Amino acid sequence: MQRIGVFVCWCGSNIAGTVDVKAVAEALKAEPGVVFSTDYQYMCSQAGQDMIKESVREHKLTGIVICSCSPRMHEATFRKTAAAAGLNPYMVEIANIREQCSWVHKEMPIGTEKAIILGKAAVAKVNLNTPLTPGESPVTKRALVIGGGIAGIQTALDIADAGFPVDIVEKKPTIGGKMAQLDKTFPTLDCAACILTPKMVDVAQHEKIRIFSYSEVSEVKGFVGNFDVTIKKHARYVKEDVCTGCGACVEKCPMKKVPNEFNLGMDNRPAIYIPFAQAVPKVATIDPNACNMLKNGKCGLCARVCTAGAIDYKQQDEYIQEKYGAIVVATGFNPISMDKFDEFAYNQSKDVITSLEFERLTNAAGPTAGKLLRPSDGKHPHTIVFVQCVGSRCDSCAQKGKEYCSKICCMYTAKHAMLTRDKYPDTEVYVFYIDVRTPGKSFDEFYRRAVEEYDVHYIKGMVGKVTPQGDKLKVQASDLLSNKQLHIDADLVVLAAAIEPDKSARPLATMLTASMDTNDFFTEAHPKLRPVESPTAGVFLSGTCQGPKDIPETVSQAGAAASKVIGLLAKDKLKGNPCVAHSNEQMCNGCSSCERVCPYGAITYEDKEFRMPDRTTAIRRVAAVNPAVCQGCGACTVACPSGAMDLRGFMNEQIMAEVDAICK
Amino acid sequence: MNKSYLQEDLLRMSGVNPRKCMQCGKCSATCPAYDEMEYHPHQFVSMVKNGDIEPLMKSQSLYRCLTCFACVERCPRSVEPAKLVEAVRLAVIRQQGANRMTANDIPALLDEDTPQQLLVSAFRKYTK
Repeated sequence: MQRIGVFVCWCGSNIAGTVDVKAVAEALKAEPGVVFSTDYQYMCSQAGQDMIKESVREHKLTGIVICSCSPRMHEATFRKTAAAAGLNPYMVEIANIREQCSWVHKEMPIGTEKAIILGKAAVAKVNLNTPLTPGESPVTKRALVIGGGIAGIQTALDIADAGFPVDIVEKKPTIGGKMAQLDKTFPTLDCAACILTPKMVDVAQHEKIRIFSYSEVSEVKGFVGNFDVTIKKHARYVKEDVCTGCGACVEKCPMKKVPNEFNLGMDNRPAIYIPFAQAVPKVATIDPNACNMLKNGKCGLCARVCTAGAIDYKQQDEYIQEKYGAIVVATGFNPISMDKFDEFAYNQSKDVITSLEFERLTNAAGPTAGKLLRPSDGKHPHTIVFVQCVGSRCDSCAQKGKEYCSKICCMYTAKHAMLTRDKYPDTEVYVFYIDVRTPGKSFDEFYRRAVEEYDVHYIKGMVGKVTPQGDKLKVQASDLLSNKQLHIDADLVVLAAAIEPDKSARPLATMLTASMDTNDFFTEAHPKLRPVESPTAGVFLSGTCQGPKDIPETVSQAGAAASKVIGLLAKDKLKGNPCVAHSNEQMCNGCSSCERVCPYGAITYEDKEFRMPDRTTAIRRVAAVNPAVCQGCGACTVACPSGAMDLRGFMNEQIMAEVDAICK
Repeated sequence: MNKSYLQEDLLRMSGVNPRKCMQCGKCSATCPAYDEMEYHPHQFVSMVKNGDIEPLMKSQSLYRCLTCFACVERCPRSVEPAKLVEAVRLAVIRQQGANRMTANDIPALLDEDTPQQLLVSAFRKYTK
């Protein structure tokens, strides 16, 4: 029989305002196993905790029930208190009489009655509690960062600076991501390349960082501290360690008509290419879909001009196996396709462009060398219309676009409008907006500057349609504040396309058993308190793979993810959660129901020898739970048809005892 | 008719939830009959939402809407303003009594300048 102590917390007036705490303590005294019961103003305070420790000694308690706030709040606190008093921390149960009782009821008698019932349930559970000890597993002191944009770069640098080796896997031939394509960055207008490329060089030169460019993760096995990852390194047909990046091959390649993805197809590149001058690694890559030598064996010019002898037409995809303790997802975003937005004539006119294309058009390293020229005729545009919220904030039934606000568009549009007016004062710039959303340090001031100092015409209303006519784009739009329909003859229309997670995120989430929301953004372990961790242990989130965010936010989150990784890798052993599933092998019939519902891949099957009642032995297939991977969600215990699966700390027997106590 | 009852009736008839509207004005931006209308599509949505329905029922705007459904097609929030315009129109017709259009009336209305779309819409509007 347990010796249980009950401690009822007032939480100031939070609980005591609606629950008669003295009556609760008194009522619970009569419950089986309870030898001591009391109340106190703030149980979580030092004095409250000391009282608990004192009572454990004085009354020789073997179990504790705390009637207080949600276990999410203070379960860890009281478990530590119990441990300090010499009890097993898993002999503590919390009855939540605040969030689920005092805060939702208004009348004292009802609140008190419910608090007593909740207390009784907790007492019934503690009566069946058993001491639990968390298991231990070793930690591989190496981190994997998936994605080499600014998020991945910052995370990798921060982890490597703490002394742990890091590998970056980037699917493009160079790291740098979207930020490398940008011109200037809001709100301070420093040039993206000037602040990004030094970081890219830092990554390349860091002795603790390895870059796997033109590579992707093809398989992930294992669990926190012990991931086994297979990285597929695509053949780039150039020996990475030999190529000097001199560019002679790029110059001589006769196949020069391949759309240049770095400039979003607004100009062409050769079949052998280096994405941009500051690429890291600065190594050429052959596009196998464009190269004549690879397609039909006719050419080989690049191999002849390469003085280093780096070209290798026979190179094969390579698979690399590596062990990691932690994985950071930094897969980033892309603008959505404009195909479903016919009204803006994106596919009809070259002069209707997305904002990312506008970045390339104004970038000194872009297709126009930084001169703002129309893609159709290379003329300077005199009237530019910016359209905000294209595909953002759409209703889910609209079947096109996204429900969320893409967050960055208001600021980059203000930047584009301002810079255009600054460089080309003879240009009329219109911005059509629904709302201008500029929360952030110096953000609203920046937008006001565009309006007040640079005379950008901000018009509340949406553009209804864009019709190409001659060399003009007829823009028909609402001006809601003056209740007019506007007709503007524009030279260039720029669409602030919504952003969406990169397409590689979904299959990656499946490999990592990390959860995602309906928009394919990775879900956090807690939206406020654990924003850089995935619910899957050992998987961390950095940058826009978790939700739309700008560069300052991405860098902060990247650093936060790194600090979580460092915290994990700094440990030699990992203490698991002892509240994990375990299977009763005698009852298990090997049906695989549990394996199918397990979101973490913690359940495997093994063939085991059993002694049968007639003294023969038989081999049976039974479930085995890896306690280091199991997160204790309990899905398997519900799925198991034979009742063989049970969750330590939340055994079926304990749950039933709680229900019985409530229904008594 | 009671104001709130009328509003409820309109919302039920049209199946439109005007609270979904974020007042972006894309419906009015896309409306080809904008200049002919006293109240524009986005105003229909906000006025019905606010229960300000009498002025709409008296307005000629009701009959200027071409029911081309461009606003329905373009609305990012799936509010479907044209359905609301049609519901107000229907409310007016119901108050007036039975002045319904039959298939027999159509041949007399045919002439070369009238777009057939207009007759189709008219038939839809006046047969309910």
